[in-house]
Amino acid sequence: MKSIGIRALLVSVLLVIGIFCLIPTFSSSPLPGLSNILPEKIHLGLDLQGGIHLVLEVEADKAVENAAETYVEQIKDALRAKKIGFTKVVRTGAWDIEVILPSGEQLNEFNDSIKSDFSWLKPATTETTPEGTRLLLTMDLKKTNDLRTMAVGQALETIRNRIDQFGVREPDIRPEAGDRILVELPGIKDPQEAINLIGKTAVLEFKLVAQNVTDQEIHDNKLPPGAKLYPMRPSDRNSSETKVPLEEKTVLTGQYITDARVGIGGRSFGEAHISLNFDPQGAKLFDHLTSENVGRKLAIVLDGVVYSDPVIKERIPNGTAVIEGSYTDEEAKVLAIALRTGRLPAPVKILEQRTVGPALGADSIKNGIMASAIGGLGIILFMVVYYRFSGAIADMALAMNILFILAAMALVGATLTLPGIAGIALTIGIAVDANVLIYERIREELRLGKTPRAAVDTGYQRATITIMDANVTSLIAALVLYQFGTGPVKGFAVTLSVGLAANMFTAIFVTRIIFDYLLTERRLKELSI
Amino acid sequence: MQLIRPDININFVGMRYKAFMLSGAIILFGLLTLFARGGLKMGVDFAGGTLIQVKFNKPTNPDEIRNALQGIVAHAVVQQIGSKNDNEYLVRTDAIHEELGSLSNQVAEKLSSSYGPGQQVLRVEMVGPKVGHDLRQKALYAIFYALLLIAIYISGRFEFKWTSSLIMGGVLIVGIYLLEAIGLSAVYLIGGALFVTLVLCWFLKLPYALGALLSLVHDILITIGIFALVNKEFSLEVFAALLTLSGYSLNDTIIVYDRIRENRNKDKKVKFSDMINGAINQTLSRTVLTSMTVFFVILCLFLFGGTVIHDFSFAMLIGVVTGSYSSVFVASPILIAYEDLKKKKLPKPAARRAVVQAGDAQPVRNPKKSKKKQPAGQGDAGKSVRG
Repeated sequence: MKSIGIRALLVSVLLVIGIFCLIPTFSSSPLPGLSNILPEKIHLGLDLQGGIHLVLEVEADKAVENAAETYVEQIKDALRAKKIGFTKVVRTGAWDIEVILPSGEQLNEFNDSIKSDFSWLKPATTETTPEGTRLLLTMDLKKTNDLRTMAVGQALETIRNRIDQFGVREPDIRPEAGDRILVELPGIKDPQEAINLIGKTAVLEFKLVAQNVTDQEIHDNKLPPGAKLYPMRPSDRNSSETKVPLEEKTVLTGQYITDARVGIGGRSFGEAHISLNFDPQGAKLFDHLTSENVGRKLAIVLDGVVYSDPVIKERIPNGTAVIEGSYTDEEAKVLAIALRTGRLPAPVKILEQRTVGPALGADSIKNGIMASAIGGLGIILFMVVYYRFSGAIADMALAMNILFILAAMALVGATLTLPGIAGIALTIGIAVDANVLIYERIREELRLGKTPRAAVDTGYQRATITIMDANVTSLIAALVLYQFGTGPVKGFAVTLSVGLAANMFTAIFVTRIIFDYLLTERRLKELSI
Repeated sequence: MQLIRPDININFVGMRYKAFMLSGAIILFGLLTLFARGGLKMGVDFAGGTLIQVKFNKPTNPDEIRNALQGIVAHAVVQQIGSKNDNEYLVRTDAIHEELGSLSNQVAEKLSSSYGPGQQVLRVEMVGPKVGHDLRQKALYAIFYALLLIAIYISGRFEFKWTSSLIMGGVLIVGIYLLEAIGLSAVYLIGGALFVTLVLCWFLKLPYALGALLSLVHDILITIGIFALVNKEFSLEVFAALLTLSGYSLNDTIIVYDRIRENRNKDKKVKFSDMINGAINQTLSRTVLTSMTVFFVILCLFLFGGTVIHDFSFAMLIGVVTGSYSSVFVASPILIAYEDLKKKKLPKPAARRAVVQAGDAQPVRNPKKSKKKQPAGQGDAGKSVRG
């Protein structure tokens, strides 16, 4: 049996370490110099500090489809450059490309061209039809997988940038299996704004408004070739949506935007507008566009909706443009960030969302702590009444137990959730169990007439085995919960496991020291139990 | 201070048939309600859908709220929570918003226009079908692994039959892979796993594991039944509570088993059922005390812990009560029943000797077991059953 002194020393050292670990959590004024060694204060889960938890899925398929569309344009350009005639190049199916050559003459040239410039496209079938030679090009698997991974990676970066600019304290943005992204934003005041920002695909396109189209033609949907109807955002909140015919070809895209700022003023006083800056290449394109099309309307299309269609009054050489429209300050801010950080490569879908307002979070902490405190107090009183001085010893062990749980959590960086607080409360209840087992056994032995020392010995001995056995099953449950649980449930499993482990230490080891001290040093003749 | 007299001797074993009937009645009632309602009311975690917790600044009622939300949500279930003065309601609907538009924002706006500004959306939980499916799978695997580990641990620890228990583990895993391959839904998988485990316990002669597992099943069935009766939602937290109370129930059962094992070695002349009764009475003090303390703490959580963990604490409350109840009235009687059945199967002298040897589960074979279990310091006193 180790000497009392050594054991007491060990416990004291652990106690001091424990207290130090908790200083950051309970005091707001940091001690200079110590803040490097001390662990951070205990992390609070989203359910306690409020915030958003989102699981997003990137529709990577769409990204591959979009890529296929780009390849269609690129193939057309390449064929024109190499002077290979073609009747049709178009995307079909999911992301296959159908090519129709007028005749079989240039087939070999075509195949060579594809092999050299578009090595990831393979001609799956080639057939001669009355229209000409028809080929079906498919993308190889490696390419599609690469495109998907890239899409998810890009989405991750874009979302990260957007949230950065939005200004969240400790965001957590992580990729997960299956094209998923996990986003956790603690302490957000307006969750809806953040969600709007994250999901904005922000595809910005400039298109020319089709000329000489009458209202009747719009109504009957009889448009000239190459034109298409687009919905237009109403200029004030009360009118309904209208449709505008635009030329399909996009003359400029948002990829050249270097900056987007929100400004006040503009057409109507007090309404926000967004001013855009283009990079040199974009500025040149914009210059060309505006000088060639003075007098025509240029539609600014965002995510497939026309935001405004001002008339090009003159050539604009300096690469700035303004998007006006009636939106609130918040809408403009969100739009500006989305434009600045670039478009999402593919749409993003919410699979899971949990939002907790800060009010409820604060309430939960308050309630959880109060309930645990009342429970704890009740038990402490009961132990003293039922087991007298030994009860007080058990209470001390209980207090130490709670200290160790919190300190361990701070040390390891575990997160405290509301079920986690419940776990601590549960541990209080179960912790007492260990002591009860020991004390009941001691009482039994005393009734048999054993001396206090022998009774304590036997009591601890027999009870320890039982305590270990019993705690193992609770630990099994906690382990399984940790493995398969999510967020708050994981927090519960952590506090329960740590609590049980700490409990075995305090209830058995620590209380024994005190008993031994009383019996040997103080030569206590009778046990107050 | 003593709550339980040290020389107490309630005839728990004698009451066991009445207890069986009581348990049976509750479980049956619960199961009937379950079928009548078409299964448990699944929370958004498992069934998918949206849950919104709203705090109003003036009193209202579920019908008004439902009407106000008519336009956006066709099918909303509205329920008041917390105390009357809180004016807090839970709005539950199957609709989800996959695009990053917002159901919750629309709801907030609609409520503002119907009730005036100042209605707070406290919390939103939206789970799409994919994640819902994931969570269901996880929950079922959790149950399966918990069952496995518990079965192995108890068999090994109490009957020292580690080999048997590992065999059982192996068979379980293989069995489950086969069942999974057939493509059975996960609920049947769990039922199958349970069935296989119990059958194995029987054949591998593991009455302690059998008793412990059956008392576990008993507790879970009662808890689920009561949830069905009061029509509470079964969410991820409630599931966690269920798993935890399994651990707690086992905890309790092990305490009693431990004492039974100890007594079995001390006095071989005592009748098996008397010995079990004795063990239960000896541990009664501890059982009552612990149950009381845990019950008290959880009651505090239930009453003061706020609305969010309300259902969780409710499940745990039921669990604490049935946990202790099942250790006394389910786990122990099963040991007795097992003994009786064994006696009937072996009407030979060997069996009669087994009876005299105070209920060794293994009639003649393992004398070394008794030696192993002789704890130090227990020397003297042919202690008879406390009475």
